[in-house]
Amino acid sequence: MMAKLIGKRITRNEDPRLLTGQALFVDDVELPGMLHAAFLRSEYAHAKLKGIDLSAALERPGVVAAFTAEDMGDDWAPGPPLVIPPPTIEDVEFYTRTQVPLVKDKVRHAGEPLAIVIADSRYIAEDALDDIVVDLEPLDVVTNIERALEPDSPLVHDDLESNLAAHLVQEKGDYAAIRESADKVIKRRIVIERGIAGAMENRGIVASWDNKQQQLTVWDTTQSPIPIRNGLASMFGLSEHQVRVIAPFVGGGFGPKIMMFYPEEVLLTWSTLKMGKPIKWIEDRRENFYATTQERGQIHDVELALTNDGRILGMRDDFLHDTGAYDPYGLTIPLNTQCHALGPYDIPNFSSDLKVVFTNKTLTTPVRGAGRPQGVFVIERMLDIAAKELGIDRAEIRKRNYLPRDVFPYDNLIIDQAFSSFVIDSGDYLPAMEKALKLIDYEKFTQEEQPKLREEGRRVGIGVVSFIETTGVGPYEGARVTIESSGKVNTATGVGTQGQGHFTTFAQIVAEQLGVDVRDVHLVTGDTAQFHWGTGTFASRGAVVAANAVNAAASIVRGKVLKLASELLDTPEEELELEDGVVRVADIPTQFISLGDLAQRSNPLRGAVEPGTEPGLEATAYFGPKYGATAFGTHAMIVEVDPETMMVEIKRYIVVEDCGTVLNPLIVEGQLHGGVALGIGNSFYEKLVFDDNGQLLNASFADYLIPTAAEIPTIEIAHQVTPSPLNPLGSKGVGEAGAIPVPALFAQAVENALGVDGLEILESPLSPQRLFELFHGEEKDA
Amino acid sequence: MKPAPFEYIAPTTVEEALGHLAEYGYDAKILAGGQSLIPMMNFRLAQPSVLVDLNKLAELSFIRSEKDGELRIGAMTRHFQVERDDLVAEHAPLIHEAMPKIATPQIRSRGTFGGSIAHADPAAELTTICVALDGRFRCQSARGERWVPAQDFFLGMFTSVLEPDEMLVEIAIPPMAPRTGWALEEAARRAHDFALVGVGAVVTLDAKDCCERARLVFFSVGDGPVEAVKATEMLIGKEVSPDLIRAAAEAVTDELDPSADIHASVQYRLHLARVLARRALEKAFARAAAPGTQAA
Ligand SMILES: Cc1cc2nc3c(=O)[nH]c(=O)nc-3n(C[C@H](O)[C@H](O)[C@H](O)COP(=O)(O)OP(=O)(O)OC[C@H]3O[C@@H](n4cnc5c(N)ncnc54)[C@H](O)[C@@H]3O)c2cc1C
Repeated sequence: MMAKLIGKRITRNEDPRLLTGQALFVDDVELPGMLHAAFLRSEYAHAKLKGIDLSAALERPGVVAAFTAEDMGDDWAPGPPLVIPPPTIEDVEFYTRTQVPLVKDKVRHAGEPLAIVIADSRYIAEDALDDIVVDLEPLDVVTNIERALEPDSPLVHDDLESNLAAHLVQEKGDYAAIRESADKVIKRRIVIERGIAGAMENRGIVASWDNKQQQLTVWDTTQSPIPIRNGLASMFGLSEHQVRVIAPFVGGGFGPKIMMFYPEEVLLTWSTLKMGKPIKWIEDRRENFYATTQERGQIHDVELALTNDGRILGMRDDFLHDTGAYDPYGLTIPLNTQCHALGPYDIPNFSSDLKVVFTNKTLTTPVRGAGRPQGVFVIERMLDIAAKELGIDRAEIRKRNYLPRDVFPYDNLIIDQAFSSFVIDSGDYLPAMEKALKLIDYEKFTQEEQPKLREEGRRVGIGVVSFIETTGVGPYEGARVTIESSGKVNTATGVGTQGQGHFTTFAQIVAEQLGVDVRDVHLVTGDTAQFHWGTGTFASRGAVVAANAVNAAASIVRGKVLKLASELLDTPEEELELEDGVVRVADIPTQFISLGDLAQRSNPLRGAVEPGTEPGLEATAYFGPKYGATAFGTHAMIVEVDPETMMVEIKRYIVVEDCGTVLNPLIVEGQLHGGVALGIGNSFYEKLVFDDNGQLLNASFADYLIPTAAEIPTIEIAHQVTPSPLNPLGSKGVGEAGAIPVPALFAQAVENALGVDGLEILESPLSPQRLFELFHGEEKDA
Repeated sequence: MKPAPFEYIAPTTVEEALGHLAEYGYDAKILAGGQSLIPMMNFRLAQPSVLVDLNKLAELSFIRSEKDGELRIGAMTRHFQVERDDLVAEHAPLIHEAMPKIATPQIRSRGTFGGSIAHADPAAELTTICVALDGRFRCQSARGERWVPAQDFFLGMFTSVLEPDEMLVEIAIPPMAPRTGWALEEAARRAHDFALVGVGAVVTLDAKDCCERARLVFFSVGDGPVEAVKATEMLIGKEVSPDLIRAAAEAVTDELDPSADIHASVQYRLHLARVLARRALEKAFARAAAPGTQAA
């Protein structure tokens, strides 16, 4: 089948609704008699809860109810873990400690909820928060992950011996032995700080119990409506069919909205069941800084063993990973870090000792990139340093170490986030690098322009890094495709949608199969009443797992269409074609039947449907890949640093992306633009600053800096296509790709721009202040 | 992030507004563009029980010049109006140059000149520029009115000489002397952010190309606009040279006492102050010497 629509730059089906304010977001849900909730959150990061007095709050006019953990009785329970640690790794130590709906005995991070107030309006609910009297006894706080492992550190969980949440060692080959015989061993410490996801829409929930219908409906900004439904049903003793979870349009997910169960999801549901009234809670921006999960904090001790000509013999990467106060998400993030530290390179010997650490901070779960940017930062920085020390060009050392194109599928022999062996399905790294070098004119810049600029006193630098992105992991997604009697096609799938363009890419696939207009394919996503099998939108998997399920379902429907049309037109199936919403006899344009007519014929009001057949032109299909599809690419940038003010300007930004089959370049490029922007934030702007008491010092967008359009350069994108052999469409994910290599690239380019012997950037994010310290040698403020 | 309960009043004349201020005193807050006040109310850092909204007072929105060339700007004139006004560009090019550096276009479409001054944010451009340009502010209350020189207006962080019943109604900027040059330099994290450090320079050359007058006023380095007086004295009566400018810029640190925050340490702020002072003086003197400024 010649692709007519797949791969086309088609504008998005969902945009007219989104751009004219017609799309439904959770906060748009208004129900008769709806009440509003606000949460009282702890100001301390670590404290013993000795008592809460709600009486004054309850007396305030307009307040309907208020509850503490005690009020929940037997319904109070720590949340179930979301991802259980890997059984496939030997000797893994893991201590499961999960978040609680409301604090009962001890606060473990600032912002942890202590009580819920439900009132006629959010205003009144917030007024009432000030009426609540809380008796908290502050405890010593630990925020630093190294400090947390010291024997005398305060304990986040008193029943554990230490703040160690998990310990795991992954090994491949024999690093210790190869280290002895290496020409060169480079050793560095790398520190990566924590940030937020910063979706434009914060979290929000509306929960409503209809007693007459015995039906619970929950609108939730989740990336995972189906697991939320299943979990709520089991938590509250309801049948799954009594629970409908709707994730409508969601204003950005970026990972934290896959977390479950957030305390608010439990509390809103519990309260509506108890009170029989619909209740809304919309997280505000300040709450988001405490109550929504975060990511990235890690400290790495890395060694790279090489030959004199720059071939990697082995790598050791021992690191600490900050999980915050709880660890419901298992080891997903640090397993990603380990896999991506191997990158697109042939690293025969590898050893990585990982310790996951509890701290008195908001918990961490994947944020777009999910451990990958840290791994990429580690290997790319080490290669930069190796290149310098061995006198090899930065691009050249990468080329010498790429896995060659003929080794795939390539088994990296360590366990990945899906707990299976980390196998790379396909790849072709060298051309992506060559293309990026050409686009940014690497030779000319380094040989001619840079020396000239340097003579004028200007500090302009170039960077180039490679990366891989594991995407599209299982277990599976499903879809149902139905041709309606109007000839339009309805497609339902379980993954939620947060702006990725599913309404368009999935429509393209269906339209390709059925020969209809892309605009005539209607998509329903994220409503458990419409489709209730699946897991969710995460790990850059929509275009791989869900798209292939859509493709499979559409292709079965195509088979049904052809079979029925063949009977009605009395023509063999091979001689029929689907185009413009009709089935046509190939050589006789006047002989055709429309899809709408076929749909009606397949679902007659009189007559008999033959035994063994089904009515309608409809099919449901599932797709589960054997393992993830690994995308890759090279990014390059030119930056200028003002050596006096230490302000940085990105002058050029190049992306060469290979995400297999490109379903819609417009959408892929949109994903890359957003990803790079987030990456730039991670590189130079976004850092959560905690004081020694675990207080967040920048819990607002005035002080937590997210780059805006003015800080993001024009991003020049080139595509390369190496299809994945693991799925019929050949697609790989691209949702996180943009963000992943940026911190490594930015550090390299800025280091190159400064061009000072011995000045190495071994941390992320940077800031003008930090560059000032590094460049002008300021001593740290006491 | 919802404000505490408050009463809302939207007077239609200045007189009426002043009456409300006289009545409610400390309990009332004036609402201008709301760009600073509303976030503070949403964070519950400000909890006024009465809001007196000036947005219906069209009489406070104007830009005009007096016969003597003095520029007058009404307190409720929006940032974007000032930004695009030819009279401002001509008579007070320093203000014109500063406008795009204030916040974002969205905020500039609501925020007001008077609100910026009355708010007395030590990181604001306009407060500093008004000091550097020897501006004056007309303050009115039911008790009467007074003109306060910008020099004397700011008392500290978010505080000014305005009494609770008083309203800022008009800003006056005198015409610039011939052979006067100006510059605004700032270092901000993002395009729209308040500056980590900023400085406005206004210099005048005499007929012999010596420096006759120089003002160097900083923002974001103290409780309000901070003038480096001694550093600029080094320039007066001297023939301007790169070395002299450099020396003056180096000297500014003696007069500044910035504090540290999560974005910049004291050392970094002082370093920026020197760099920006030098750049501002270089630019201002170059402009003063340019032929176009002779005639003004
Ligand atoms: C994200 C962001 C970035 C910003 N960046 C900058 C920047 O870079 N530089 C900068 O200078 N500013 C910046 N601002 C502030 C902006 O310029 C505000 O508009 C300005 O400070 C206040 O003006 P307003 O009209 O909005 O005043 P409001 O917020 O309405 O009022 C501010 C205060 O002044 C009082 N007030 C207002 N008008 C009068 C009056 N006529 N008489 C007496 N009291 C009065 C109010 O009672 C209140 O206390 C920024 C604001 C935001 C939100």
